Amino acid sequence: MGYVAVKGGTDAIENAARLLAYERIKGNSEPLEVEQIKEQLYLLVDRVMGEGSLYAPKLAALAIKQSAGDTLEASFMLRAYRTTLPRVGYSIPQSTKEMRVIRRISAAFKDIPGGQILGPTSDYTLRFLDFELLNDSKEKREEYLRALFKDIEPSAFSLQPFPETFAKVIEVLRKEGLLAEAVGGQESAVNNQNGIFDITRQSLTFPASRSAAMQTMARGETGGLLLLAYSNMRGYGDIHPTIGELRVGYIPVRIKHPYTGEPYTVGEIKVTEAEVIAKFTGKDGSPKFTLGYGLCFGNNETKAISMAVLDRAMQAEEPKMVSENQEFVLSHIDGIESMGFCNHYKLPHYITFQSDLDRLRKAQEKLEVESQESGVKK
Amino acid sequence: MKQHYNFAFIDEGAKREIRRKILKAVAIPGYQVPFGSRELPIARGWGTGGIQITLSVIGPDDVLKVIDQGCDGSVNAVNIKKFVSAVTGVKTTTDTVEATVIQTRHRIPEEKMTEEQILVLQVPYPEALRTVEPSEMETRRMHGEADYSRMWLYLYEDVVKYREISIGARYPVMVNGRYIMDPSPIPRWDIPKLHMADTLYLFGAGREKRIYAIPPYTEVKPLEFEDFKFRVEDFKGASCMRCGSTDTFLDEIIDDATGKRIYLCSDTGYCDKVIESRGGQQCRQ
Repeated sequence: MGYVAVKGGTDAIENAARLLAYERIKGNSEPLEVEQIKEQLYLLVDRVMGEGSLYAPKLAALAIKQSAGDTLEASFMLRAYRTTLPRVGYSIPQSTKEMRVIRRISAAFKDIPGGQILGPTSDYTLRFLDFELLNDSKEKREEYLRALFKDIEPSAFSLQPFPETFAKVIEVLRKEGLLAEAVGGQESAVNNQNGIFDITRQSLTFPASRSAAMQTMARGETGGLLLLAYSNMRGYGDIHPTIGELRVGYIPVRIKHPYTGEPYTVGEIKVTEAEVIAKFTGKDGSPKFTLGYGLCFGNNETKAISMAVLDRAMQAEEPKMVSENQEFVLSHIDGIESMGFCNHYKLPHYITFQSDLDRLRKAQEKLEVESQESGVKK
Repeated sequence: MKQHYNFAFIDEGAKREIRRKILKAVAIPGYQVPFGSRELPIARGWGTGGIQITLSVIGPDDVLKVIDQGCDGSVNAVNIKKFVSAVTGVKTTTDTVEATVIQTRHRIPEEKMTEEQILVLQVPYPEALRTVEPSEMETRRMHGEADYSRMWLYLYEDVVKYREISIGARYPVMVNGRYIMDPSPIPRWDIPKLHMADTLYLFGAGREKRIYAIPPYTEVKPLEFEDFKFRVEDFKGASCMRCGSTDTFLDEIIDDATGKRIYLCSDTGYCDKVIESRGGQQCRQ
């Protein structure tokens, strides 16, 4: 009978989970080690840590393995795990001036204090498929490393020592008074912990403070941020960004020592920081540069730049485009929320559909009666 | 569970915060209280608001029932029940009368609930005014000023266009004469059960981070006009083909074999009970 299929969810769920586990392991290849994912798919790990808003490379790698590489699912697992951890405290604000830089570039000036440092980037590589990697092996890797260090070593000692910190490019503009400190935008009054709104403990209200906006974007979905930022850059908005400085590197995480109260370094995290400059004309008609800021976990330059563009866009005094509308941007960029809601439509909606059917049939009946009546008149 | 999670998964501080927000919601019937919604191992949009409420109010002695579309055996209900019972160890049931806490999606049980019970409803869209206004900043202002003209206008235009108020489920209600509230996507059939009920109704929207409530004995009225009244779904005398009930909300099912439309109680726990009371005799097989 038809109705038998309506019930019996328990067995179906369990069997579906078993089949899912089978899909991941049914091939003949060696089991993927979490360490391999962590070391060799590090950009994926970075992305998942950012969107899952938990800096834990090993757990992120585990989530990637478990979700068979689905970034949304992996970030979701990490976020859910986060719920089980108590909030120990808040770290001390950290200036990125002290970043241990592995990459920093500026598109605004040819020569910047400290110099341009490309670091490990794929920007200028030709995106040919490297068929050599089809036959990757430990030996080949070792050979590559030997050749690499042979090239570097003779010159390494004659070079100047690598500076520990770099001056900010933006400071140049700031000193000349070319940088407006903050454009309009609506500022919320409600702040708490150290003047910082904690989006993991309070729900966003609008207008949201800048700290709330920054946190929301920092754990936003890379694709979602890119889409909105791109819409602005492309023409649905008027930000023509210049990258003042883009940095990738490590910053210390410091907390107040619970007994002495002294700053205490508990570790360091890898971050990407983008400072974007865009021109703006003030109400008095004088042109200035304004800053858009982005910072996210790991090495994810697309995300940091998109964040910075949106940060600047949301400061628009009279928002016209979607990317300038703070409520629109911040309400729609979370990957875990949007993915969850999108997929919930797979759940049964028999009741609501039945209700709608009832209304539709009723309305049709009424219209039919009316059209017959009007037909009689003719 | 392999890991040693806290009782009811969420840490005690967070549960206390949620309970405080529930108290506020009870104190202001129909008002949406923002809360720091936590991520759960169940996806957003799959009942995380309801689950957070359930996990925050549940104790070791509670008896839990979870339904989806009125059905205890529905996939999502089973999944949620499994999760809550794994992290709390509470007893579960399919009997509405036996349960102390019932979590539901899209239905209110057919059997009358009592003062001793709590019904937790999962909410996808907590904002009833979202239909007429997309901005949260604006809808909060509208609620604050009880500025509901656009909602009434929307209903009026509906009548003009369709000669009927065309809202199916999620029918907006006025709570305690003050706030227009989204009752979650329950059918219109269940709306009268909200009015002057014996039971506490708690509504949780996890993704949208809102909690609201209808305390017992609160006036809840569906929005309607004098000449265009609110009406529940009309099953035109159809009856459940299992238990024969004619006074329940029915699921419409197309029979595999004959292609004919048949009807079954959406509340499967109730349907089973009716059959049991007759000594296990089904209507037709």
